[in-house]
Amino acid sequence: MERKIALELKGICKYFGSVVANKDVDLTVYDGEILAVLGENGSGKTTLMNMIAGIYFPDEGKIFIGGEEAVIRSPKDAFRYRIGMIHQHFKLVDVFTAGENIALGNGKGKRYSLSAVNEQVRAIAARYGFRIDPRKKVYEMSVSEKQTVEIVKVLYRGADILILDEPTAVLTPQETEKLFAVLRRMRDDGKCIIIITHKLHEVLSLSDRVAVLRKGEYIGTVNTAETDEAQLTEMMVGKKVELNIGRAEPKDPVDRIVVSHLDITNREGVKVLDDVSFTIRSGEILGVAGIAGSGQRELLEAIAGLQKVQSGDILYYDPQQGGKQVDLRDKTPLQIRDLGVRLSFVPEDRLGMGLVGNMDIIDNMMLRSYRKGRSVFLDRKDPAKLAEHIIESLEVVTPSAHTPVRKLSGGNVQKVLVAREIASSPTVLMAAYPVRGLDINSSYMIYNILNQQKQDGVAVLFVGEDLDVLLELCDRILVIGGGRVTGILDGRTAKKEEIGLLMTGSKPDGKEAANA
Amino acid sequence: MRNTEKIVHEPLFHIAKRDDLVWWQRLLIRAATVVVAFLFAGMLSWTLIGVDPFTFLGKLFVGTFGTERRTWISLRDLAVLLSIALALVPAFKMKFWNIGAEGQVLMGGLGAAICMYYLGGTAPDVVVYLLMLVVGILFGVVWGVLPAICKAVWRTNETLFTLMMNYLAMQLISFFTDIWVKDGSGVMKNETHLHGIKFPELGNVYVLPILVAVVLAVLLFVYLKYSKQGYELSVVGESENTARYVGINVKKVIIRTMIISGAVCGLVGVLLTGAINGTVTTETAGGQGFTAIIVAWVGKFNPLFMVLSAFLIVFMDRGTNELNLTNDAFASIVTAVVVFFIIGCEFFLSYQIKFRRRAKGKANDGAQDPPAAETPELPPEAGGAKEVQA
Repeated sequence: MERKIALELKGICKYFGSVVANKDVDLTVYDGEILAVLGENGSGKTTLMNMIAGIYFPDEGKIFIGGEEAVIRSPKDAFRYRIGMIHQHFKLVDVFTAGENIALGNGKGKRYSLSAVNEQVRAIAARYGFRIDPRKKVYEMSVSEKQTVEIVKVLYRGADILILDEPTAVLTPQETEKLFAVLRRMRDDGKCIIIITHKLHEVLSLSDRVAVLRKGEYIGTVNTAETDEAQLTEMMVGKKVELNIGRAEPKDPVDRIVVSHLDITNREGVKVLDDVSFTIRSGEILGVAGIAGSGQRELLEAIAGLQKVQSGDILYYDPQQGGKQVDLRDKTPLQIRDLGVRLSFVPEDRLGMGLVGNMDIIDNMMLRSYRKGRSVFLDRKDPAKLAEHIIESLEVVTPSAHTPVRKLSGGNVQKVLVAREIASSPTVLMAAYPVRGLDINSSYMIYNILNQQKQDGVAVLFVGEDLDVLLELCDRILVIGGGRVTGILDGRTAKKEEIGLLMTGSKPDGKEAANA
Repeated sequence: MRNTEKIVHEPLFHIAKRDDLVWWQRLLIRAATVVVAFLFAGMLSWTLIGVDPFTFLGKLFVGTFGTERRTWISLRDLAVLLSIALALVPAFKMKFWNIGAEGQVLMGGLGAAICMYYLGGTAPDVVVYLLMLVVGILFGVVWGVLPAICKAVWRTNETLFTLMMNYLAMQLISFFTDIWVKDGSGVMKNETHLHGIKFPELGNVYVLPILVAVVLAVLLFVYLKYSKQGYELSVVGESENTARYVGINVKKVIIRTMIISGAVCGLVGVLLTGAINGTVTTETAGGQGFTAIIVAWVGKFNPLFMVLSAFLIVFMDRGTNELNLTNDAFASIVTAVVVFFIIGCEFFLSYQIKFRRRAKGKANDGAQDPPAAETPELPPEAGGAKEVQA
């Protein structure tokens, strides 16, 4: 092999208390290649990369760079070794321009010249095909532009080894493609690129080789050209997993909730939802696609009675009362329940809204039902039974029903929350990003639960971020772009690119796609 | 060539989260802390006031339990401090930082005194007793609920608000003392000014406050753990978002909880005035409204643990009296030291300190090295054999 080894890890271990974040990880990356580090959430990908970037120091093991042993104690050291990491959460000064952010912390005794920095930034951008305006302020930028600034900042500092932590999590499919093109150009230029991800199709379309971690342990590295989704999944999970989400035909759907001309202005006076109209039908899953923060949260909270509405209507048709119309607008969650509306809501913020982290599973089960009965005292018998039932039927990993839920892993927390919400046999189930941060097995369990609810005639509203999943699971997909409905598509025929375009707010062929 | 140093420079130690300890390990750590705390306090007494540690500890016991009367007084003091701390628990569990217990207690006392002054001697004693309770508790409620309403409606900061209410209460007591005490002494006396009204004794003068504390502890324990209202206030305290999400009326819960907190404080004030001191002064609460905050926190808001933490404070307070010191600074110092140790021990229950691991053969001197120690590592020889991993 003529390829030069850029970075080599040998026997890296990192522990947090009794938690093993990384154990005996060996990894080799060459110059001029893209290595994908693949693993489920909590498999130790980010911890491992943080040790290369100087954020953590390994408990055991050695790092070699360019064949020499390297000791990386801080991000500064990492830069000396020409390593740069682009974190999931950007670290930019909002009121500075791109150029100023890039120049920050780079003083080497030289005279500071912003125009020289800007010139260099433009040169780097031209070389790799970035689109960046060095004089634009960060707060005026989209997420994708901010990410570009982060990458250029790392390149400006002369990094040869670039680590990107889940870079596509916040991007639309089009932006992802652009990013991949840039990364490929950087690879062809001889840079070594490591990308952390848990999305298989990205791994397959971008990387040259894939290193797989599972529960902190290094499983192996394979050439991307010689592998497929099934093999990678098996390496990630440790066993064969069926990757098909079923989608039954909706059984006699009727309108359950009709939202019309909904306007919401947030506390800062910014319009977050603008003239939003759509229908949720029984026995079907309505997916909501959109860039994070496009008004999805406000929409769900408005239906749940947690968000003030400026104008518009939210009407519920009660199947228990022969389709009687109930107005949900400007009601509190308690009033909605007293009207007999069986609305369940799995919020995005699980431990900050859906559950109480410091309370045990039983007390969390009670959150929805504790008011039952006229006694001033709590009845913990039924919630305890429910808790035991959930632990058993959904295989929740917990020492007991008396364990505070904050001590459970993300997947188990979500199982507890979703199970509680469906325990009240809802007629409408809203779930915001219900699989975010979950491992593959838990994710599929959640998809199955949603499908089961749908087949039981529940109207399901599913806010998702993975377009592939939305396209596989949902009967119809509502696309929100910048607070407006930019399209309502059939989940069986829609194309990913089409949704991606709608997410950015543009409407195809200039047609009014809303209210389809 | 890259300009890199070949130096391993790890920090001497780092702090790591500890795994969950079993209950007896926690108990052992806490017990050891108390022992160490008293040893340290003993050393202090040796160096600062020349009393050796054993005499010092002995005097603490004699001061607290030396005679039957002393034991009763200690129990009564314990009861009063515990009652105030119990009053704070519902608010604290709701994360409403009520530091106005001092004022709420004083207002309870003032309410009782007003009844004694204006009705004593004219109305039958039983009526006065009842009115003292009603008015005193009401005054405590008002002092507690005003900051709660402002927080619920305008989201004001309850810490500042309740603190300021303390000073208002003190000024009100000074004001009434000025009106009622016309002999120029500035001291309100039970016999001369308040018609000699005192609650009837149950056996002896100490039993009533003790009984009240026991009843309060049981009631609050049940309220917090088994009632729907207690559950609601815990949810509000843990996360207002969750509370809103499940349809709890957060404003109502804040106000209702502070009514309870203020009412219990008011009741303690009534007891202090009507059963213990016989009068009300700005010193009636004597800072116990603030000490109770420590008692509640050290006792982790659990009424049973709070009995222990309140006992510790009373033990230090009553015990150091026996030292017959001319100034009470030493008593405050040792009390503070003991409390400091006990609070500090919480850190070691959740975290552990890990010293850095060294390569084999160097481990023996690891802990003695100053933090700045640097251990040079040999650069790997070019093309040399692989190093054996330690």
